[in-house]
Amino acid sequence: MTAPAEVLAVRGLTKRFPGVLALDSVDFTARAGEVHALVGENGAGKSTLIKVLTGVYHPDEGDLTYRGEPAAFATPLAAQAAGISTIYQEVNLIPLMSVARNLFMDREPKNRLGLIDFRRMHTEATRILRDYGVGVDVRRPLRDLGVGAQQMVALARAVSVDARVVIMDEPTSSLEPREVQTLFGVIRRLREQGIAVVYVSHRMEELYAICDAVTVLRDGRLVHTGPLADTDRLTLVSLMLGRELGEVRAEGMTKFTGDHETGTEPVLRAEHLTRRHELHDISLTIRPGEVVGLGGLLGSGRTETAKAIAGALPLGSGKVTVAGAPVRTGSTPAAIRAGISLLPEDRKSEGIVPGLSVRENIALAALPQMSRFGLVSEAAIDKVVETFMKRLQIKASGPHQKVGELSGGNQQKVLLARWLAMQPKVLLLDEPTRGIDVGAKAEVQKLIDELAEDGLGVLLISSDVEELIEGSDRVVVLRDGAVVGELTGDDVTEDRLLQAIAAAAEEAADTTEAVTP
Amino acid sequence: MTVSYEDAVVDKPTVEEPGERGSRRDRLTALAQQHGALVALVVIAAIASLSFDSFATGGNIENMAVSSAFLAVVALGMTFVIITGGIDLSVGSVFVLGGVLAAWGSRYGTVVALLLPLAVCGLIGLINGLLIARSRLAPFIVTLAAMLAARGIMLSITDEGAQTYLVDKKSFFADLGQGKLLGIGVPVWITAVLFITGAVVLRRSRFGQHVYAVGGNEDAAALMGAPVARTKTLVYTLSGLLAGFAGALNAAWLASGVTILGFGMELDAIAAVVIGGTLLSGGLGFVSGSLVGVLLLKVIQNVINQIGSLDSAYQQVVSGAFLVVVVIAQTWLGRRRQVL
Repeated sequence: MTAPAEVLAVRGLTKRFPGVLALDSVDFTARAGEVHALVGENGAGKSTLIKVLTGVYHPDEGDLTYRGEPAAFATPLAAQAAGISTIYQEVNLIPLMSVARNLFMDREPKNRLGLIDFRRMHTEATRILRDYGVGVDVRRPLRDLGVGAQQMVALARAVSVDARVVIMDEPTSSLEPREVQTLFGVIRRLREQGIAVVYVSHRMEELYAICDAVTVLRDGRLVHTGPLADTDRLTLVSLMLGRELGEVRAEGMTKFTGDHETGTEPVLRAEHLTRRHELHDISLTIRPGEVVGLGGLLGSGRTETAKAIAGALPLGSGKVTVAGAPVRTGSTPAAIRAGISLLPEDRKSEGIVPGLSVRENIALAALPQMSRFGLVSEAAIDKVVETFMKRLQIKASGPHQKVGELSGGNQQKVLLARWLAMQPKVLLLDEPTRGIDVGAKAEVQKLIDELAEDGLGVLLISSDVEELIEGSDRVVVLRDGAVVGELTGDDVTEDRLLQAIAAAAEEAADTTEAVTP
Repeated sequence: MTVSYEDAVVDKPTVEEPGERGSRRDRLTALAQQHGALVALVVIAAIASLSFDSFATGGNIENMAVSSAFLAVVALGMTFVIITGGIDLSVGSVFVLGGVLAAWGSRYGTVVALLLPLAVCGLIGLINGLLIARSRLAPFIVTLAAMLAARGIMLSITDEGAQTYLVDKKSFFADLGQGKLLGIGVPVWITAVLFITGAVVLRRSRFGQHVYAVGGNEDAAALMGAPVARTKTLVYTLSGLLAGFAGALNAAWLASGVTILGFGMELDAIAAVVIGGTLLSGGLGFVSGSLVGVLLLKVIQNVINQIGSLDSAYQQVVSGAFLVVVVIAQTWLGRRRQVL
């Protein structure tokens, strides 16, 4: 086999931002018919590299070669026109416009009068999307589709513009497992067509499932590039983290230490939580010092359960008690007063206030507790903020840096600090490590562990099976808004969890041994 | 170990067609959004024609149609602007300026009477657009400044509003405002042509797609390759052109460049556009809705005049109340759609 042709390559690429060297003489090559994984912690320079490749940023030094010729893209439009398509982590389409219009924007089929030919556009769109497993009415507004289907439309759009290079930035972060398979199918097809694919993801198993080559960046520098088959998982992680292989192996893939001493009396007792169409008679308990995992597929009601307990979702019926005392449901202030804190899934829209400082973000929720006669002591806030910045190792230039300028992992820590400042009894964590880099992930995981050791009751929701299993003392499995199983003790394994979910997914009537209702 | 959820999933379709129940309700919501104003217009017009003998007469309808035409042309431009998520507060002043320029220019013939306001008002719109699109200033501020500037220019060429330029009633230009074609006023014909063109441009042209895209999600539009800055510049230029043209038509109709009528028109135009179902936040809207919105405002005004005993100032109260109802309904419909 001859080496596949280079399509897009950069040599000695350097990009500076005020005070930061984002990329330091990086080489990168995308080859025809090759799926190239681009990995690294957040802040390693992946996004900057992608933005240079797609014309968003312009390099300070270095050469870009596209299809054998020196090239420079002035704008994203120029890169697109040249055949470099990008799909982003968040769907970048127009929610109010129809699916077909989104798919064909700027490439609409036209009739003889130069007007858009809707009939042809609709049949074309329907035909194209069928290949992507999307079988909806293309005249509907895009926002009527699920996030996964929207991502598929974005992908179809990216690919159908006669692309030579398709760059995918964490394309699976909002996809369901089934959709991930469809995506992989599309990627394989692209590979057969000789298109160069650049694939960015934090998910190891995906990389090994689909990628041929890998490039690892760390702190803006190239640390490794080569065939993925030559690099095993542990090596890859140690390259990304810059830690020794032995260290990674000794500490395991996650930072959890395992079982905790737990109290006997539940600190949180949720009983018969019911909400029309969403939650059906969900009951669960959390003991002090216990991490209870909430397992299940996307849409199984995990987030809704956490929100219901935290009072963020009105309930039809159900009862929540904290340390024996009943909590009024459907009221977040009541839940917070009772000692329940929720770290929401979507930290951008439901958590941090990016324009405010680290200090203000941390103090936000705890202000009422820290105030006397409606006045807040600045010194008291400073003390709390300092304590948590140190304890959670929040990396910021100081308490007055804007949270929006921090990395994802540090933003998550600020949020965590905000809730810990409330001195909660129960901590509900919805996807606490999603979208944050490997290093920060390990730190957050370690923190969860420590918090449980301190006697907090923790509810952990995670789509990362490994994290869920290693982090939880007990796992409650949900499906369609109902509890379908629970794993305890030695049963808390990946196999058992997958069995429980699979069994649940088969049919509710078919209860197997793996599921103990 | 590389076990993942994929292994655990049992066959199910990748993307579900949203439930029948949901989609029907969705469709009703969309219909209400698009045609709510039309239903209100028909109902109010029906009640009015049963209540007042003089309402459904040819003369009254003709009068309503012609007097709607000028606001409608302004609202047409405003529709484009609002769909991009912007606002144009300058159109009222630009309308007046256009009228005065047209009346002044009419002594040099119809061509000057039309081209002069178009050139000046188009230039004001272009400057608005460039400041908003290229310098990334807030549309509210930019067009507010343009509103003051246009008013200032108008005052300076009319001796602080004391000078009223007249249009020769026998000129071709005057016919554009006062003439009739097949028994219907020329301004009504012109408005109809402009709206049909506007609808085709918005729905069926690439530029129209860009207008929706910019309002729907500006960042995404840019990443999809839509020329965001150019689209914004164009819509404000268009808005300025249409406002100036409407002013010129109005001057032809009144046979003079009236220096007071038209201030505050921007608010009527915005109200009409929003009542017509265009989202003030951008991304969704229809020119037909704006036309219905204008007619609705005019009919309400006419009905209140018909009642006679009611102070015509109440027309604004009723229009205002209507606007509040529409905006509440939009929010409610919007939320409803998200829930489904």
